Amino acid sequence: MANQITRRQALGATAALLGAPAFVRQANAQSRFDWKRFAGERIEVTLQTSPRGLLLQRQNKEFEDLTGIRCGIEVVPEQQHRQKIIVEYASGRPSFDVAELSLHVNKRQVGKAKWNTDIKALIADTSITAPDFDFADFGAGMVQYATQSDGRMDSLPAFADYFILYYNKELLAAKNIAVPTTWDGMYEAAKALTDPSRQIYGHVGRGLKNANVVLWSSYLLGTAQRDMINANRQLITDTDDAVWAGEMYKKFLRDVSPPGSIGFNWNECQTTFMQGRAAMWVDGIGFAAPLEDRQRSRVAGKVGYALVPKGRGPNHHCCLFGAGYGIPEASRKKGPAWLYLQWALGKANQLRMLTSGAGVPARSSPFGNEQAIASSTFPREFFNSLNESAKIARAGLPEIVPVTQFRDVIGTALTNTISGSDVATELRRATAEFRPILEQSERES
Amino acid sequence: MMQQAETITASPSKAARARNYARHYGWFIVPAAVVVLAVIIFPWIFTIYVSAHDWHLGGERRWVGFDNYIKLFTDSRFGWAMLRTLFYTVLAVVFPMILGLAAALAFNRKFPLRGLARTIFILPMMATPVAVALVWTMTFHPQLGVLNWLLGQVGLPSSMWIYSANTVIPTLVMIEIWHWTPLVMLLILGGLASLPIDPYEAAKIDGANGWQAFRHITLPLLMPFIVVALIIRCIDALKAFDTIYVITQGGPGSASETINIFLYLQAFAFYNVGYASAVVVVFFAIILALAALLLWTRQRVKMK
Repeated sequence: MANQITRRQALGATAALLGAPAFVRQANAQSRFDWKRFAGERIEVTLQTSPRGLLLQRQNKEFEDLTGIRCGIEVVPEQQHRQKIIVEYASGRPSFDVAELSLHVNKRQVGKAKWNTDIKALIADTSITAPDFDFADFGAGMVQYATQSDGRMDSLPAFADYFILYYNKELLAAKNIAVPTTWDGMYEAAKALTDPSRQIYGHVGRGLKNANVVLWSSYLLGTAQRDMINANRQLITDTDDAVWAGEMYKKFLRDVSPPGSIGFNWNECQTTFMQGRAAMWVDGIGFAAPLEDRQRSRVAGKVGYALVPKGRGPNHHCCLFGAGYGIPEASRKKGPAWLYLQWALGKANQLRMLTSGAGVPARSSPFGNEQAIASSTFPREFFNSLNESAKIARAGLPEIVPVTQFRDVIGTALTNTISGSDVATELRRATAEFRPILEQSERES
Repeated sequence: MMQQAETITASPSKAARARNYARHYGWFIVPAAVVVLAVIIFPWIFTIYVSAHDWHLGGERRWVGFDNYIKLFTDSRFGWAMLRTLFYTVLAVVFPMILGLAAALAFNRKFPLRGLARTIFILPMMATPVAVALVWTMTFHPQLGVLNWLLGQVGLPSSMWIYSANTVIPTLVMIEIWHWTPLVMLLILGGLASLPIDPYEAAKIDGANGWQAFRHITLPLLMPFIVVALIIRCIDALKAFDTIYVITQGGPGSASETINIFLYLQAFAFYNVGYASAVVVVFFAIILALAALLLWTRQRVKMK
């Protein structure tokens, strides 16, 4: 009786037999895919200094061993990297064959100038695309984010960056304060937690011009307006909702943040939070790794992760930023560069990115790898907040060419409010200053 | 007499000799001329040409004539950047000059361990500006920086340093003073070492006191060296960029946005190449005028 085959087993075995040829075909195709076809060639890759870039730099030998291609990889700080690649693209002869692209900053500019090659054409070419590349594994939202308005996908989505709420569990527990779910609630909690005599503050956040705009947009995304430009691509940064977001920004930075926050970028915020001097911090997801590093952080093991709070509107969103990896149209090594993209953004590296806390991969499969997630050093709460953020993420900056100038002008207005200026006046002035710049840019586009 | 006449007619004229020389050796200057043309003349002509265009990197280039210059002189942000540059330059020249002169006079005297003291004094000058800027950034942190901790130890209130619009430029000047006073000291110390002893002996016989000797002998004789130090300091302070960019990026808000930061943002953050080129041309004209003024002053001092 024990050896009797059940109907379910029989059906399973039949399905396996029927499916076997497909598996064998795929395995054969995989084994036939020649990763070494460009062996001996050399490519140049330029990435931003981030846990993601550094991870790929550390793994570079794996790519060289797999393909026989020599890969020169440079990792440049974020802001300088953005400037460097644009200047090189504009020269017509960029020195790199693969470049990281900040989608929230450079996407429109690069797309408008058609500096990068269309990745979809490469994906469609089965002769140089590994059978297990599995483009369908990339999240639809990220694919859409990397796709230009003319339908070209000129970079392969690499990772997403959501804004989340980091909080110091110990400080909140000491005052019996629950994790806030609304911005107003968070402000009240931060006020209760602020104790200048102990140099403990309820909140820390970006005050530095340009960098601070994404904190303001975090509040704005919680209003009915949600965006910074309307459907006609006109600026709407002086509306009631924009002013409400500005007032929220001013309150947080002036009342419950450390003195000097006006000059804080993410790195000063990180240092303050790591030293246990701030109870709550809203910023990108990529800071989990340094915060949980017991060698460097005084709050390791005490950090809580949560969704950003809700605003006064009916919607609940967190800021979304992202990056893609592109191949310049001018590159003469498109084949080897494409192999690099397949390796760098393949399933293995994207899983590494997730489990090391380096960032949120653009692929979906890493999130389904329960075993890898369970063995990660990061708490389950981190992965949960990441999953939940993915569902409510919305672009944190407008998709326009002069986005850096937008950040500069609006950022200056926000910085002025920290010094006491009236929010509505500042936003009106900034909007009037930037409107002609945007209009000219849109005309040229 | 006859022989002399023959010699004169036999040797070519001076002009002919020069022509001959130029024909044979003139091409030796070609490499230098090509380099000057490629790295000085061409970039200048190209910058002036670009300044007459509305050109954003990645976009079309459109001829606009003097529009960029007109826009520049009505741009209040540019005006404020010029004023901040002036304020920063004055402070960053005057203080190192005074302190450098005082240090040179002190180090010119003989005292124990003078060599060691001089070496320690000039150490800041050898540090890389970006590394220096990063270290100072940490020391200025309002909560975690060592400077506020030190102020607290002696019972003084904390300062916001670079994190306040009111104190940011004086704080940046403080770094400049720390960094470059040793250079002024070295230049003036060199001058002091070359001064003759005789005028001092004569002054001593005439009963001049220390201040009178300094005022009427040392200072006039040192003036050419001081003017050289002044020219170098002015140029250095006007083109200060790395320290400011690393520490404040022109902030808080625009409180430390000097002309170089303004220019950098226009060119490499906003990719507004045409407008940035116009800024370069105007700024170059100002530096040229200033350099000419200082060189004229130096000539006058030397003639005296």
